[in-house]
Amino acid sequence: MLTLSGIDAGYGAVQVLRALTIEARTGEVLCVMGRNGAGKSTMLKTIMGLVPATAGSIVLDGLDVTGLPAHEVPRHGIGYVPQGRRLFAELTVAENIEIGLMTRRRGQRTREEVLTLFPRLRERLNQVSGTLSGGEQQMLAIARALCLEPKVLLLDEPTEGLQPSMIALIRDTVVALKATGVATILVEQRVDAVLSVADRVAFMTGGTVAETVDAAGLTPAAPQFAAYVGV
Amino acid sequence: MSFGPFLLLALMEGMVTSAVLALAAVGLSLVFGIMRVVNVAHGEFFMLGAVSAWFVSQWVPGPPAVAFVAALILCPLFVAAIAALADMVVLKRLNYQPEATIVATIGLLYILQQAALSFYGPDARPVPAPFNFRVQLPWFGYSGYKIAVVAASALVLLGVWRLLAKSRVGLIMRATQYDRETARAFGINVDRVYAGVFALGGGLAALAAVLIVPIQQAHYLMGTDPLLLSFIVVIIGGLGSLRGTVIAALLIGLSDGVISTFFAPTLAKIVATLLVALVLVFRPQGLFGRRAL
Ligand SMILES: Nc1ncnc2c1ncn2[C@@H]1O[C@H](COP(=O)(O)OP(=O)(O)OP(=O)(O)O)[C@@H](O)[C@H]1O
Ligand SMILES: [Mg+2]
Repeated sequence: MLTLSGIDAGYGAVQVLRALTIEARTGEVLCVMGRNGAGKSTMLKTIMGLVPATAGSIVLDGLDVTGLPAHEVPRHGIGYVPQGRRLFAELTVAENIEIGLMTRRRGQRTREEVLTLFPRLRERLNQVSGTLSGGEQQMLAIARALCLEPKVLLLDEPTEGLQPSMIALIRDTVVALKATGVATILVEQRVDAVLSVADRVAFMTGGTVAETVDAAGLTPAAPQFAAYVGV
Repeated sequence: MSFGPFLLLALMEGMVTSAVLALAAVGLSLVFGIMRVVNVAHGEFFMLGAVSAWFVSQWVPGPPAVAFVAALILCPLFVAAIAALADMVVLKRLNYQPEATIVATIGLLYILQQAALSFYGPDARPVPAPFNFRVQLPWFGYSGYKIAVVAASALVLLGVWRLLAKSRVGLIMRATQYDRETARAFGINVDRVYAGVFALGGGLAALAAVLIVPIQQAHYLMGTDPLLLSFIVVIIGGLGSLRGTVIAALLIGLSDGVISTFFAPTLAKIVATLLVALVLVFRPQGLFGRRAL
């Protein structure tokens, strides 16, 4: 569904990603793990066209999206939940959702589906999103991305700072999307959270994917966790 | 004339100043609020509006009202196009760095001023008002056109507010203002939003100038005062706050009317500048600075 091959990318003169190759498959959850600064967020921004790739290619569903202007990438069906949520904090819940819907011109039906997924948001449509609780903000960030009816969903540490019930809700959402054929790339640092949803796990270090393994063969004691994540 | 009617006249003159100032200042405020660009050339967009209105008044035959309506539509569009071009050719390439854009818009100021001097010349020229009837009050007669200016400006400001607060385009503009990277990740063409906002800001300044030019005459150096006053208004009102900008324009315009009438225009400028100093010391975010838009 989404394939990155030999990607180099960085910020100005600082190169962060080095010959990075990774593939997200239809109806599959690919978890990405790695230490702070390994380049996980940079990889997602590069997919979104927010950080330019200086080498390599990004192919979405047979279409080369490398080098497209950043605003055209999501229109091809990539939903992005940035690290730290990055809501339009001074806009209301309804307005944030509206922005998501506008991306691919989705309408009332999509809006209803997304709000059914997160009833807490429906109760707060007119609340300024910056005043939502952390968990509610994360729901909104995910809801906004789902408004695109994405083929590929990128989630950057969505469980950061959330309590277990909220983490469970996010996991259930990801599992439900998987059943509809969405390819998900989930950046996640918690071993238990990864093992409960992942089909495959990619371990990143130094701006490249060092190893990709099937989740079925992983236990919390697997050596990769110690080597690449330090837990 | 006794004091009461005299004060009324001063306030009415102040309202005209306020109305035109509010339009120009809202343009400056939008550009700063959404793009974080301090547009030093804003006064030249105003000047271009007035000067191009003179050209239109020369070219369009028939009664003055026809030429004026043509100017009211064409001049803001013409200036908006120049502003959009300046954004795409200059500001975008500077990546909207604050210091660089200040220097660039200073350059733009001189380019536009010299262009106006070359094509229009150094003279001040009047543009005929579209109509000349006077409204007869019990104490004095008053220009019907000036009253129309106030009404037109109020309508346009209402339109701008509706555009920002109630429309899809406004939503896109506000989203871009708060987080341009995330806006891109949701399909918003930030380059186009910026060009559009810069065009809107220039167009508003030009519209203000077309409205004032039957009262004030067009001249290639006429942009300086509106620039200064717009900055004063925007600082007092709070950068990026639409409501604050309008209230501050009323405050400055009305006090200017009253003080100029009863004392001296220079004193009015001194008071305005003093107000800015006080606001900067005691409320640096401006009177309404916390609220965005
Ligand atoms: N805007 C930026 N400008 C310059 N360097 C940056 C920028 N953003 C990130 N970096 C650098 O790129 C490297 C990778 O950062 P990135 O955010 O991708 O890491 P990460 O794997 O997501 O880490 P974390 O787990 O802390 O979120 C870091 O060394 C970081 O300092
Ligand atoms: Mg990160």
